[in-house]
This record gives sequence, C-alpha cells and structure tokens, in this order.
Amino acid sequence: MKTELQTKNQAAHAGLDAWVREVVEWHFNPETGTPYWLERARTLDFDPRKDIQTYADLDKFGFFEDEALRGGPVRRWVPKGLGDKPIYVFETGGSTGVPKSRIAHEDFRIDYSEFSETLPDEFFPKGADWLMLGPSGPRRLRLAIEHLAQVRGGIAFCVDLDPRWVIKLIKMGEMQMMEKYKAHVIDQALTILRAHDSVKCMFTTPKLLEALCEKISLKKAGITGVFCGGTEMTPQFHRFAVEELMEGAYFAATYGNTLMGLATHKPFDPADNYAIIYYPPSPRALIEVVDPDEPTKVVEYGQTGRVRLTTLTKEFFMPRFLERDECEREPPCDLYPWDGVRNVRPFSRFQTSVVEGVY
Amino acid sequence: MLHIPILRKGNPYKSIDVARVPHYRTRETFVEMSQANAGLIRRDLLEQDKMRAALTAFSTDQLLAMCKAAAEYYMHETLPCGDGEQTADDYVRQLSATTGMPHVLVRRNMKKIYGAMAEMESMIAGLTRGLDLKILDDGFGTHEGHAVSFFARTNSLGVILPSNSPGVHSLWIPAVAMKVALVLKPGSSEPWSPYRVAQAMIKAGIPKEAFGYYPTDHGGSGAILNNCGRGMFFGDSSAVGKYANDSRIELHGTGYSKVIIGEDCIDDWEKYLDVMVASIVENGGRSCINASGVWVPRHGKAIAEAIAARLAEVKPRDEEDPDAQISPFANGEVAKRISGIVDAGLREAGATDETAKYRDSRLVEWNGATYLLPTVVHCDSHEHPLANREFLFPFASVVEVPQDQLLNAIGPSLVVTAITNDQDFIDRIVTSSHVDRLNIGPIPTMHISWDQPHEGNLFEHLYARRAFQRAAATA
Repeated sequence: MKTELQTKNQAAHAGLDAWVREVVEWHFNPETGTPYWLERARTLDFDPRKDIQTYADLDKFGFFEDEALRGGPVRRWVPKGLGDKPIYVFETGGSTGVPKSRIAHEDFRIDYSEFSETLPDEFFPKGADWLMLGPSGPRRLRLAIEHLAQVRGGIAFCVDLDPRWVIKLIKMGEMQMMEKYKAHVIDQALTILRAHDSVKCMFTTPKLLEALCEKISLKKAGITGVFCGGTEMTPQFHRFAVEELMEGAYFAATYGNTLMGLATHKPFDPADNYAIIYYPPSPRALIEVVDPDEPTKVVEYGQTGRVRLTTLTKEFFMPRFLERDECEREPPCDLYPWDGVRNVRPFSRFQTSVVEGVY
Repeated sequence: MLHIPILRKGNPYKSIDVARVPHYRTRETFVEMSQANAGLIRRDLLEQDKMRAALTAFSTDQLLAMCKAAAEYYMHETLPCGDGEQTADDYVRQLSATTGMPHVLVRRNMKKIYGAMAEMESMIAGLTRGLDLKILDDGFGTHEGHAVSFFARTNSLGVILPSNSPGVHSLWIPAVAMKVALVLKPGSSEPWSPYRVAQAMIKAGIPKEAFGYYPTDHGGSGAILNNCGRGMFFGDSSAVGKYANDSRIELHGTGYSKVIIGEDCIDDWEKYLDVMVASIVENGGRSCINASGVWVPRHGKAIAEAIAARLAEVKPRDEEDPDAQISPFANGEVAKRISGIVDAGLREAGATDETAKYRDSRLVEWNGATYLLPTVVHCDSHEHPLANREFLFPFASVVEVPQDQLLNAIGPSLVVTAITNDQDFIDRIVTSSHVDRLNIGPIPTMHISWDQPHEGNLFEHLYARRAFQRAAATA
C-alpha cells in the first residue's frame, strides 16, 4: 500500500472508531436509543456504551439476525432521539411472507446526496431530468432516486414496477406473462423518454437496461448517464453494457440494499477487466468479506468470502449481518481508502437460486 | 488452455464469463467455453433478418453444393477452433475427452453428421416430399400439377443441443439448405460438433453471418427459444416440459423407443436377438432411438436372459479401443443417481435385473471413470415402474403384454421396430398415435435413412404453405 493511501486508510479507521462510539452511544442511550437495542442490551453480558470503543468491538454483538426485522411493532426500530420526526418504512423482498423492513427519516437522502458527489457532471448533468426505471412501491430506491435527481437539480420521472409480482410469475412458470409485464414496464419508460427530451440520466436494473436497449438507442434517446443496480451484475454484463448498450453514455454500477444503503463503484479502469468493484459508504456502512466457515474472520485481499454488512447510522444500527452474497475482498484505493468488494454474486453455498426477474 | 468462443454472426467473441469443461477422467479443465449473457443473445437476434438474408442470397442448389463440400471439410480438414486449429483427429480426441465417448463411437457419429451434409439433397427431398427446390428460391411454382407457394415461418432456428450423442446434429443441419439461419446453444460438455459443423460450412462458402453459436446458461437458452421464430430443444422430459405447449418449438426428449414382436413371430424370437441387442447397445445406448424396451406377448423371461447374456459381454474399454461399446459418464454422480433409480425400481415386486448375475454391480469405476454396465430388466407387467423407462446407458426392460393390449400400453414411442407379418397387427400399429417412427420387420431401431424425417419434419417446422393463385400476365 502506498504511504499516502496508508495514511488515508489509518485516518479512515480512526474516524470509523469515533463514529462507532457515537452511533452506539445514540442507539443505547435511554434518552435517544432504539427500543429494540435498549431491550437487547438487557440480555448482553457487556455494556455497549462502555465496552464498544472501536469498530472491532462490534464483534461482541455476534451476528445480526435479520429475522428481527420482520413484523412489528415497527416503532421499536425508531430511535427515541428522532422524536416525532416523520418516519418512512422501506421493505425488502417479500414475494411471500412478511418482508423485512427498515425505518428511515433522512438516511436515504444522506446516502444518495453523498453518492451524487461521485457521479461525473459531464455524464449526469446538473439540472437534467431522470428516469427511474426500477422497482416502485415499498422500496426505498424510488424515493432515493427521486432525491438524487432533486439534489442534482432535476426531476425524476418514475414507472410502476412491482418486483414481487414478477417473482410470483416466474415461480408460477408464467414466463410469457412475465415478458408481457416487462414489456409493459419498458413501454412506460419509452413513453417518458419520447415525451421528455429533458431526461438525460436514468436509474435502471441490468435486465431492464437490456430490454430498453432492445427497443431504442440510448444515444438517440439523449441518455448520457446510466446508474445501474438492484440485482447481480457480472463482469461480462458490465462489458456488454459499456461496449454495446451505452453508446458513449457513462455506466455507474452500484451494489446496495435497503439494509445497508448503497456502495459506490470504482471508476472504470481497463486494468480491472470489467470486474465490478464497489466501496461502501464508510463510516455509515461497511462491507467486509469473511470466511464462510468462520465469519468472524475477514479473508485476505483477493480471496473469496461471504459478504458481511454493518450499518452505522443514527437511524439504523445493524452490526455484522451475514448477507446472502459472496465476492472477493478488494484493497483500498485512493478515492476510497477502505476495503471494497469485487464481483458480488449470490452465495454459492445456498443451493436454491435467487429468483431475479425483470427488475 | 483451449478456448471456444461465442460466434456472433460467425465472428468469434471471447466472453469474460467462461465455463470450464473437465476431462471426463482426470476432472481437470480440458477446455474453456465463453459464456454468452442472455442480453447479448437477444441483442444479436434483433438482426435475424440479416442472418437469413445472407442465405437467401444463394439458390438452394448452391447451398446444397456448399453443404456437400462442407461434409468433406468436416470429415477430413483442419478447421478453426477458437484461437487455434482442429484436425479431424483432434476433434475425435477432444469430443471423447469431454464426453467420455470412445473414439470408435465418435467416428461413427461423425459419419452420421457427414452423411447429413453430403446427402443433403436427398434429405431435403425427403423432408419436402420431392418438392422442386426452385420453389424454395422463387417462393412459388408448380408441384404435381398444382400451384404451390411456401414461405419461411422464421428467419432463424434456435437449437438447444444436448451432450449425449453427436449424431443428433444431423437433425438441424438441413436448416441451412432451407435458408434459415442457425442459432446454436451447444451442450455443456459437447461444444465441439456444432462449432466444427459451422466452421466447415463457413469454409465451404456459406456466409458466416448465418451462424450464431452461444454457449450459455438456462437464461440464455430461454433467450434463444423465445426470440427465434422456430426452435428445437433437446433435453430430458422435465426440461422440455416447459415448452410442451409451444408449437414454435420442436421437442426432442426421451424416446422410449421399442422393439415389439408379434404373436406370429414370437416363437422364433432367437432369430431377432441381434436386432434387439443392437437396438439397445449401439452408440453406447445414448440415443433416443436406442430401444429402452422389448415388448412381447410371451417368452419374456427367456428373451431377457438371452439379451442379458449378450450384454454381459460388454465391458468398459479404453477410449481408443476399437471394440469399445459404452461410454463412461462425464459426471460420475449422474451415473450413481441413475443406478439408484434402477435399484429403487427393482425393489418393487415384479422386476428382475437379468444382468445382475453376471457382475457385482452395474455401477463400476474403471480406469478413473464411472460406467454403468448394460442392464436388462424383466418386468412381468407393463405397469411396473421400470417397464417404460429410458436412461443414458444401455438399459432395456423386457415386458410381457398380450398383443391385443400392447399398443395401448406402450405409450409414446419415438421408434418402434415391429417384428410381425400379421397384417391386422401391422394395420393397428400404423394407426397408433403412440408410434412416431416405424420400422416393420427386423430393423434395429438405430437404423435411419436420410430421406425419412425424424421426430418431426424440419421443413414443415420451418416453412408453411400459403394458398396461391396467379393470373396470366396481361399484355
């Protein structure tokens, strides 16, 4: 590691430890704390406010069980410190059963305001309008993209897309109906693009990007920047998108979910051979790559392991959550002096494949 | 490391995603195959009209001549293979390495593919029932005194190919001569044959733009079948079931082919033992046209014992041994699962493994590979779970059924060899909707002739006839 980068990395670590102390103090202080964590603290054999001083100390909590996020009362996740602030609830998955939910007040805005800083103005012009061609409904993505457009001085046009219905169609084997639904979603997008020349930027998912580009040329439609995420993305897809779909538009890949927020892509470097490298929004969230058999241990750089998420905001505290993904651990870089991840994909040890539809 | 690229309108494309195909014995990677993402396939298929236009620029006669030349190139010449080249001997060795098929069987399959290209004219004549091929060029003409007009229902034929036996490639090859472009998804362990056929055809002058070759996953296969106007899908019953109601797609699943013997011939069954054995074991028992059943009105036990005695002589042999008759499984776990299914069936009363007495186990490890030895089961009822099964090795059930019940009991059967001279029985067989391909007399189920369509008529799949009238030209 270069000395300058090492210095940045050390500073990031120090900042992270200070932020951990602040966030833990917030969530476990009886005045400001989160009912769920205050209750949980009673069962712990340590005092989080005293004993959690560094990021490494978060291991003491063990692994976060995301089942706790299913069902109510949802207010147990609202920190007392947020008082009577307006609260959103965002959901993940949920094609069957009770979905996981995360409350939010400002987090999605903060995440996407920070992310906005990473987008090149040349391709995502300030003041340009956006097309949000992704899941709607109880997901945070729709509001987040709308905020992203707004913070950049634009307006976001949205479509209706219910990914839970898509998953049901696939599970029922109704592939033709799924294709019709996809066509319906794309039709909405085409209508917006044809009616509004001001749309220059868009968010979409890999499959919808392919489907859209089968109907129109992004260049002819005036799109100059595409922010893409929501489902697994392979290096081959990345290459295909850049070489054949973008027609000169900028391709910004992201990895994220409702529980973590979003990770920013490392700017394109031919040396990466289209590997998709993400860096988490440290210190608000961290992604680590751990040994699947011993998930308290982080693997070496370049090694494959399971994704472990930690979310550290005043609105949501989620230490050491083992995600259903795997990837390679990526070293820090100048732009992001902390660990990143390479080529995130579904965790290979889970035999049942994840159903990913048009979204 | 050998690498087989995608072909996008004939142009090689090396993907970042690769599938590693192991050598059947060492399990070490033998070849890498570029994997096409579904979006890339769909994007290419937006230009199917251009793919076909490359073929329609030629007359059918010209294309037939090119196919004839391609046959020689395929059989004898050095052709491009990824970054390198491939001789005919390389092809044999490579195909054997990833599928386990002995060289002698690969060469027999080569002859079949060669025949499909070399005999394309008679094959097309069989498929079109002797249509003047100029009608395909002009779109209309006169056939047997009637004005006719045909049009292609599709610009391309998407084919999801298997790995079990290269001979199946003879089925899609005629599409080129019918001016329909090809979009091929090779089997996961047999990328060689469709690639070599395409290269031979390109070398013979058929425009490369007419060929798409996409090693891919299930999503990519779906993209091919959903986006090509016509498809052909090789797979087991569970895989093809998804497309059972899609008339655009011709399904090639399990064959359940059978030898049946009538009352009038059954007492002479020993005369037909060679036909029964050949039908079961030729090509390593890997084809859908291999017999998986011998259905007879009586003498079932004796017939099963006699077939078993003959099949017991079949042993694993070296891949280069000219007497090799069976192939190992490229994935030994598949062999174990299949053997387990047979064992589970045998636990139900009414079936006996007649080959069991000749060996300790049908599942054997030999020279670092896993084999299933030929197996014959005698079933005393057609309702036994093993009576009508088909597996990827020489397996057959000998089933006793009264002749008057036989045709109702056999179920869908791709090939039936009916050994009988009883005209009444023959008449009933001919009218049976269960029988696809029919051989009357002692013809092994494996024997095919080029002018006979197999498992659907490709011409009828790709072309439709329209009503046509033309007024005399006015002055």
